[in-house]
Amino acid sequence: MVDQVIGAIIAIVLAVGISAFYFAGTNWALDRFLANTRRPDGTVIIRNNLRESIRPWLFIAPALLVLTIYLIYPVVETLRLSFFDADANTFVGFGNYIWMFRDPEFLQSVGNNLMWLIVVPAAACAFGLMVAVLADKVAWGTIAKTFIFLPMAISFVGASVIWKFVYDFRGPDSEQIGVLNALVMAFGGDPQAWITIPFWNNFFLMVILVWIQTPFAMVIFSAALRGLPSETLEAARIDGANEFQLFFKIMLPQIMSTVVVVWTTITIIVLKIFDIVLAMTNGQWDTEVLANLMFDWMFRGGGDFGRGSTIALVIMIAVIPIMIWNIRRFQAEEGMR
Amino acid sequence: MAMVMGRSGRVGRLATHLTLVFLVLLWTVPTFGLFVSSFRDKDQLIVSGWWESLTTTEQTAFGRTGDTDDQVQRGGQWVIEGDFLDPDSDARILTFSDNQRDLTAYQAGQTLIHDDGSRFTLYADGRYEWISDQPFDLRRGDRIFYVVEVPPIFALANYREVLASEGIGQSFINTLTVTVPATIIPIMMAAFAAYTFAWMQFPGRQVLFAIVVGLLVVPLQMSLIPLLRMYNEIGAALGVDAKSYLGIWLAHTGFGLPLAIYLLRNYIGSLPREIIESAKVDGASHFDIFRKLVAPLSVPALASFAIFQFLWVWNDLLVALVFLGKRDDQIVLTSRLRELLGSRGDNWEILTSSAFITIIVPLLVFLALQRYFVRGLLGGSVKG
Repeated sequence: MVDQVIGAIIAIVLAVGISAFYFAGTNWALDRFLANTRRPDGTVIIRNNLRESIRPWLFIAPALLVLTIYLIYPVVETLRLSFFDADANTFVGFGNYIWMFRDPEFLQSVGNNLMWLIVVPAAACAFGLMVAVLADKVAWGTIAKTFIFLPMAISFVGASVIWKFVYDFRGPDSEQIGVLNALVMAFGGDPQAWITIPFWNNFFLMVILVWIQTPFAMVIFSAALRGLPSETLEAARIDGANEFQLFFKIMLPQIMSTVVVVWTTITIIVLKIFDIVLAMTNGQWDTEVLANLMFDWMFRGGGDFGRGSTIALVIMIAVIPIMIWNIRRFQAEEGMR
Repeated sequence: MAMVMGRSGRVGRLATHLTLVFLVLLWTVPTFGLFVSSFRDKDQLIVSGWWESLTTTEQTAFGRTGDTDDQVQRGGQWVIEGDFLDPDSDARILTFSDNQRDLTAYQAGQTLIHDDGSRFTLYADGRYEWISDQPFDLRRGDRIFYVVEVPPIFALANYREVLASEGIGQSFINTLTVTVPATIIPIMMAAFAAYTFAWMQFPGRQVLFAIVVGLLVVPLQMSLIPLLRMYNEIGAALGVDAKSYLGIWLAHTGFGLPLAIYLLRNYIGSLPREIIESAKVDGASHFDIFRKLVAPLSVPALASFAIFQFLWVWNDLLVALVFLGKRDDQIVLTSRLRELLGSRGDNWEILTSSAFITIIVPLLVFLALQRYFVRGLLGGSVKG
């Protein structure tokens, strides 16, 4: 234990030290070895342009190197591996893809992921907007937002434990210690083992992600709403618009672009959803999702890298439209600068 | 506005308050229940909901009386005495019986007369007295079943147990070991890259930055298998363990860099052009401008990123599962908690306290540094 703490401290010191040494050192070397020099005949060789064309590359080289190793190369490699067998030795063509589309687990995962994709972003955005709007109307709004904000700091696994406790099930004859079943019994219903009821259990898992993502939506929407010009709202009020009309006809259209950004951000998180399913059911009772299936194949029976890569690629393909849209949006923003 | 608000306005206001209260409850009660439960006595935890934790619980239990060796002779009679309850506890016995199916046969203080004529009395405070005219001949004591009323018990026992014997204490250190370097290592790298993208001219700048924006959303899953293979090969080639802290620090650095560069570039790029230009006119080099001007001015953005990265790494499960082993000196809190969910699924005293230890640090960091966090969120809400 002492070893690892010392190791961590050394790592921090080394990381900061090496970075500082690298940036300062290469910068110094550049100025030293490519300095302007004076020939014996008196002419000066000016290398300013050369130096300044090298310097940016020195500054971004470490970041580019790490990005290449950890993100760019793996994307290409995963694509390659998807055409190979479990050990990544034998080329199997589209074998993994053909397997995938016949695999009931994969098909189930795609179906479940689609449900998650529809429900979670919609619910998180709806709740987030609701809180953002309502909190603006009451004196204790800031406190309310702080409380709702907190789950955002909780890990998916931590949240899974919290909600598994909410969903806890004991036989109908015993005292229920899960809030949900206690409520159901208080209203005269029968207690259920919620996370084992196929189809519906997916929604009980989604609740956890909605619970974590709503605060995110709330924060962004709150800021967006605060940025709205008050004239339009006042004008609508004077014209006799009620609060609902105000929201749907005046506020919502003006923050639509923010809603789209939040929606897509949550969509990406949903596509990769893994921890919650692993912790709650590990894909049992028809709750499998792509990321968990992929993780499973990474290690199942010693690991099948071909199938794992193919499933990862499906997630990637689903992300690509959002990626392109993001880059376009970024370029448009840059163009406006 | 007050004029427009008539009766319907007041109803609307009430509805607003109630809806918001309901939402706040929905977002806090589950965590609160976990928190309360983590301090409850483990026997009470399973017989009543946490919302009843302040009320007395009724539990059924059994005790075993003393045997032949414990008897004393007193005034011509043979007596076995003892106490079923901890003398310090405030628990009260309500009823008892020697028959498991008829727990309420005798009230506390009443006397049960056995077939052999011996008389057994159990008092509310847990003391019992078993009196017989002949010497007892018992190899084992008799089992007595009772219903006991236990006042609420709150203690740190669950925490003591998970920290010591469930390995949560060790995992806490492991998580810290992963998180702190993984937060610090990318910062300087990203800051220089961000400055370069924002204020230096070079061919390919736009394209490269567009790639960084694209990488923001690349799913982690795409990286796992190639990196796992690479780590295994490097480990085998060098004869070292492929699962190491160094490996996960670098992995988190790689996965965190796009967001770091993106956030910092947006911030550094929005610094006033005049400051940078005038420093250049004064003959300052880019390196000096970065070191003396940009870095100090960017502290808020660096802080936002640091909080993001800290929370993300602390809460991560997937990267830890792939790049770290399950050995005691490597398993992080999230992984350990997940294992406990599997192996100790019904031991809520262990799960609740372990979960609480897992989430308390991010919660505190979050509460303390909310301002920076929100600023970061608003600056770059496209992280994948």
